[in-house]
Amino acid sequence: MTLQIIVCVKAVPDPAQAGRIRIDPATRTLTRADVPLAFNPLDRNALEAALQIKEKSGARITVLSMGPSGAESIVRECLSLGADHGILLSDRAFAGADAYATSFTLARGIENIGKYDLILCGMASSDGATEWVGPQIASFLGIPAATQVEELTQADSQTLIVRSGMENGYRLMEIKLPALLTATRKLNRPRALSFSGIIKARKKQIVQWGLQDLGLAEDQVGQAASPTVVSAMTTRTARRQVEFIEGSIEEKAEILVQRLAQAGLI
Amino acid sequence: MIDFTFTEEQEMFRKAAREFAENQVAPRVAEMEAAGKVSEAVVRALAEAEMMALTVPEPFGGLGLGYTARMIALEEISRISVATAMMLQVFALGIEPILKFGSEAQKQKYLPDLASGKRLATTAVTEATGGSDPTGIRTSYRKDGDDYIINGRKCFITNSHIADTLTILAKDENDPKAFSAFILEKGMPGFKATHEENKVGMRGCNTGELAFEDVRVSKEQLLFTEGKGLRVTMAAIGDVGRGGMVGCALGVQAACLEASVKFSRERILYGKPISQLPTIQSKLAEMKIDLEAGRLLAYRACAIQDKGQPSSNEFAVAKYFTTEAAQKAAKMAVDIHGGYGCMQEYAVSRYLRDAFVLGPSAGTSDIMKVIIARWVLS
Repeated sequence: MTLQIIVCVKAVPDPAQAGRIRIDPATRTLTRADVPLAFNPLDRNALEAALQIKEKSGARITVLSMGPSGAESIVRECLSLGADHGILLSDRAFAGADAYATSFTLARGIENIGKYDLILCGMASSDGATEWVGPQIASFLGIPAATQVEELTQADSQTLIVRSGMENGYRLMEIKLPALLTATRKLNRPRALSFSGIIKARKKQIVQWGLQDLGLAEDQVGQAASPTVVSAMTTRTARRQVEFIEGSIEEKAEILVQRLAQAGLI
Repeated sequence: MIDFTFTEEQEMFRKAAREFAENQVAPRVAEMEAAGKVSEAVVRALAEAEMMALTVPEPFGGLGLGYTARMIALEEISRISVATAMMLQVFALGIEPILKFGSEAQKQKYLPDLASGKRLATTAVTEATGGSDPTGIRTSYRKDGDDYIINGRKCFITNSHIADTLTILAKDENDPKAFSAFILEKGMPGFKATHEENKVGMRGCNTGELAFEDVRVSKEQLLFTEGKGLRVTMAAIGDVGRGGMVGCALGVQAACLEASVKFSRERILYGKPISQLPTIQSKLAEMKIDLEAGRLLAYRACAIQDKGQPSSNEFAVAKYFTTEAAQKAAKMAVDIHGGYGCMQEYAVSRYLRDAFVLGPSAGTSDIMKVIIARWVLS
């Protein structure tokens, strides 16, 4: 039987243009309207893992995203990279969702898709960076989750061997499907977009689902269903400072090591 | 209503080309600059990324994407490496005569391998005695039964030493007004690539001379009708060759502006970034105006070309404007960088050298004016 893989992806403000992101002091949220959307970098590793499974043993890959209609271009990019089908959860009611409400809505989207064997997410988004969405989706669906995955092999059609990173080591796990994994940068090297892939994606469909399609009420989604309270948000300004270290080579090296240690860099 | 926006798909082509240029070409720029040679790894990467297939129709193994997509790819690759974009643009220039004028058998024989990058292409017209005026060439052919015997030399030919399939222009030994185009293949007896140029810019692309000494080719190598060679080669050079140079120039313009914005924000003078100085802002604004205007000229000409209409005059205007603008932008970028602009560690010094090679390639600005004047007076 063909493995059914769902890859959750997020359209984030282009990290290359992070300097243009502003903070709305009233809502304490990020104003992203002026910044073009980009494919969340770690989600690209998640998609690559799915594509490699598809190439090795066959799979059908559905890409799922929640976001404004502009996020469709990111789903289209996934189709160009080799995913088979795209679904965008988009509704004004979803706006302002925190990680909890986002996970809940995505989980409902996954239930709406129906059968799945494996769900892949990036470990974190480059804008929110909570690392909560993946495990929370698994929790809502009642399936096992492995986070920070660095290596992935298929033991058999229903079992994966997963190596996950930890601060001072790693965890080696056998995980029964259906399951959810969150991908790290170490998991693989994402493939490049190709012109022929973009052409092939012309024939692939993207479906858009709103609140009613998911059978949800307005108070179950978006800001209304977000328990996270952001108490403050500030912009940090980076300042450059130059210090000339005097002395012999040995003295200079000693002082340099001290300075780097004081700054927490070594 | 005229829609000046790119489609979502075209934006994705741009993204794909940018990622390719930044990941596959950028790491090899220093090596190409130092060696003054084509990087085989870059050629392989271009082939794997299907860059030679853009303008080749699908039945011949290409992508059939046309000339707007080609312009997007060239602009993005040139932004990282003008040399690589130049090499790529001339692959298409070599493919075009076969695509437009080749017999079915010639298309079947050559296009699939040229699209996949298994074979590399160029077109050779220029000689010491004629380039922009191709009637001045001396390379000649004579009939010998069903074969043709070709003698002569070509110079300043891009991809001269790496091309496997070459469209060349020669004149009838017995009728100096009759020109014919032939498809030559690397390794044909009597045909060889000789001197390789050492250029000041575009160092990662190959330019050199070709020599033909009694090269015998069968009638199957004649491209289109005997005596109609000027039409074959000039159509390719006028649309695809000039168009390609426009893509290369736009990439230089964009790269100069990006480097100047970045440097002017970081360089502190009088206690503030130099980007706040009116004189610097004026330069940045001029670069942006030229880039926007150049893109309008370029993509309008591509739109005409994609409709299958003659676009060589529109590309003459775009070629004149963008290559002049690229040279101007490179000079301003070096000026903004001050002393750093003269150092090889800073890419703007390369942009300046590359920008000056854009001028004569596919016809100087003066020649573009001749063509444009002929257009308005016709």
